[in-house]
Amino acid sequence: MTTLLRAFVGPRAPRGALRAAPGRFLAPTALLLLAGACLLLSLLLPLWSMKLLAPQYPRGLTVTAYADRLTGDVDEIDGLNHYIGMRPLNDAAQLERAVAAPSIVLMAALCVAAALVHTRWAALLAFPALSFPFVFLADLAYWLRDSGQNLDPTAPLSRSIKPFVPPVLGEGLVGQFKTIAWVESGWLLQLLAAVFIVVGLYLHRRAYKPLVDARPAPEEAHAAA
Amino acid sequence: MRPTLRSIAALSAAAALLGCPADPGQRISTGLGAKADQIAYDRGLTPDDVAAALKTYMPSGRIDDHIMFASSGHAGQVLVIGLPSMRLLRSIAVFTPEPWQGYGVGGKESMEVLAHGSAGGKHLTWGDTHHPSLSETNGVYDGEFLFIGDKANARVAVIDLRDFETKQIVKNPLATSDHGGAFVTPDTEWVVEGGQYAAPLGVGSYAPLEEYDQRYRGYVTFWKFDRKKGRIDVERSFGMELPPYWQDLADAGKGESDGLIFMNSFNVERATGGVEQGNPPFEAGASQRDMDYLHIIDLEKAARVVATRGVKINGFTTIPLQASIEEGLLHFAPEPKSPHGVDVTPGGEYAIVSGKLDPHVTVYSTKKIREAIARGTSNKDPYGVPVLDFDAVVEAQVELGLGPLHTQFDDKGYAYTSLFLDTAVARWTLGGPYAKKHGQAPWSLVTKTPVQYNIGHLAAVEGDSASPGGGWLVAMNKWSIDRFFTTGPLLPQNFQLLDISEPGETMPVLYDMPIGVGEPHYAQIIRADKLEPWEVYPEVGWNPMTGKRDPNATEKGKERIVRRDDGVVEIWSTVVRSHFTPEHVKVRQGDRVIWHLTSLERARDATHGFCIGGYNINLSLEPGEYASIEFVADQPGVFQFYCTEFCSALHLEMVGYLLVEPASDAGKK
Repeated sequence: MTTLLRAFVGPRAPRGALRAAPGRFLAPTALLLLAGACLLLSLLLPLWSMKLLAPQYPRGLTVTAYADRLTGDVDEIDGLNHYIGMRPLNDAAQLERAVAAPSIVLMAALCVAAALVHTRWAALLAFPALSFPFVFLADLAYWLRDSGQNLDPTAPLSRSIKPFVPPVLGEGLVGQFKTIAWVESGWLLQLLAAVFIVVGLYLHRRAYKPLVDARPAPEEAHAAA
Repeated sequence: MRPTLRSIAALSAAAALLGCPADPGQRISTGLGAKADQIAYDRGLTPDDVAAALKTYMPSGRIDDHIMFASSGHAGQVLVIGLPSMRLLRSIAVFTPEPWQGYGVGGKESMEVLAHGSAGGKHLTWGDTHHPSLSETNGVYDGEFLFIGDKANARVAVIDLRDFETKQIVKNPLATSDHGGAFVTPDTEWVVEGGQYAAPLGVGSYAPLEEYDQRYRGYVTFWKFDRKKGRIDVERSFGMELPPYWQDLADAGKGESDGLIFMNSFNVERATGGVEQGNPPFEAGASQRDMDYLHIIDLEKAARVVATRGVKINGFTTIPLQASIEEGLLHFAPEPKSPHGVDVTPGGEYAIVSGKLDPHVTVYSTKKIREAIARGTSNKDPYGVPVLDFDAVVEAQVELGLGPLHTQFDDKGYAYTSLFLDTAVARWTLGGPYAKKHGQAPWSLVTKTPVQYNIGHLAAVEGDSASPGGGWLVAMNKWSIDRFFTTGPLLPQNFQLLDISEPGETMPVLYDMPIGVGEPHYAQIIRADKLEPWEVYPEVGWNPMTGKRDPNATEKGKERIVRRDDGVVEIWSTVVRSHFTPEHVKVRQGDRVIWHLTSLERARDATHGFCIGGYNINLSLEPGEYASIEFVADQPGVFQFYCTEFCSALHLEMVGYLLVEPASDAGKK
């Protein structure tokens, strides 16, 4: 068991090599830890927002998505959506919002683990964090499509407003409303985390692959012991 | 330079070149190009007309930078008007029920405000609004509250300028008429309400006119304003008994006259009329003497001694006349002749009395008044009130013309006085510390601009405050005669906008605004950026009268109808585009219905109405507002309650049924 764990965790940098080139070994660790920190911080920041513009709303209406909640003019937008038979915004992605916070904490923890694991498993550990911003947008696009396509056919404005798909990024048109959707600071931070992970993993491979390759295979090591 | 300014500049040049006015149909060059020239030609506009248009025209969507609060006289409301466009923005219901605002037509909250203003068991449904007064801090408008008096019934109302709604009406327990209100002291600690027609003090008191000298009295009331609560504190307010002269307009001292109150009077003759018995009519009897009395009241001292010298009249603390004389609270100064307005200069140095039946304004030095009071005097009026020597307290007299009524001030050291008989606005120079501002001879007439017609009050931008803004002046003309289309025999009043920005003799009339909803008296103009009104109520379920979320406000999903054993049906409803919840309300004839309504709206301007036809009920439910109604369902039948404010595409569908089951049917079950 210990052996398996040791094989999973991989070798530590030899003291001499560490002293000779500290950057080589510390850079990947730092980047992966930084990625975890960015991810954690993104919990507090908005990830995405949509602005709805219509003549009756000169300042527009805004809905802002955080990882675990929606803020802004949700009630007003829901109030308008009932005319076209769209479900309340908070009906969508309930599971995702419920698990978002613990998941992000977990993904950040996995980034920390990736910094400590010096084998190729590190890539697997960092992968959820790497993919999260893209998964988030894909999921959002799914729910936007689902909400826009499944309108109550008996709604008052069902003859005027046909099912639609609001674009997850960029401009769209629903009734007299122009929609403008774009990512927010939290999502950009997650993207930055993803960049850190990609660069970190590259440097990680450069630092530790030679060490892993230099070690005997677990079976041999076992036999030698 | 913005295009508008450039245009005006070009235009003034053109006007100067041509020498205006042009006859209608004459070709003029506006300097704005051939298209503008053609329009001016087609409409017969002079270069001055075009300049006036450029100064006042508000392009669609542009917001006025000054707001005028005008009384509407016996319509019992306050009018809110934007300057310089002279557009009517809205009215504020005060003493008169007004359905659009849901004021006094079934809504429990506003009915209670009106009920507090009832007198002697009479439910009053109108008032004669006279003088609006914005709250002040250090003598400068602060844009928080507005007070206004009701001459017909001696009442004062408090309007909160966060939601432009009347919050309180206080009925004066001493009298049935007033005129010297509302005026505030420099920090709005007191709201002054002075009397007008003398009567035995205490509403309901009786004495025959033969006992006029002995038992009839004038009065002044100082209403204590509790700014934190936004209400007048009646318990801490008090009145003062005055001789039975007819007190008129008043003003609070400020700056060096802070703590003093000035109030004019007429009919010191104590004429009691009776033209039908061969006596001189009031108009003659009250105008015999050359001098009346400017009342000088030491409010600061009065507030100190009221606790020991006050007595209760009709339950209201009042300082008797004798106590005022003994304490030195009241002095008179002679003033010519049946004057009307008394207006204190921005720094409080002078009180200016407009002669009405005398062609002068008489300028009293407040410093000289204080000195004369300190010296003492042996002259007394028949009631023992000390009368100061006229020459000892007067700084100047300026002859302006016929019928001077009211005076306002600007930022250039000018005063402006309305001349009723001349039907003109006079600009004249102040002296003393103001002389250096205009650099002209002090205390002298500069120019007069005719106005149409019969001007009463006038209002300049913050023109009665410690920091007048200048720029605009509005003449409030009582008659319009031929200025507008003839709307039958009853014609609108005419508000005229004057440009007073240029010093010297130029002071043109720019624009006429008809007021077809009452006879305004006074108005005040405040810089719009001093007002901080709410766009929607701060929370859903906001009770505008309590200033917080009402305990009976309801949330979505918690609407309910509860029938109690005592024949009371209580309903908690929500209101949102485009439905009421519940939509079916069934009661039995004779049930008492208590209905709570909560607007769930948060969008600007998403106001709903709520009416019940046949039951004389209409509410205005502004975004977030809570309101309630109580009535006995005494009329059986099927009634609709519906939204009276066009709220949405499904406005017509925003309706419900009130089913009042006849008592006979209900009994069968």
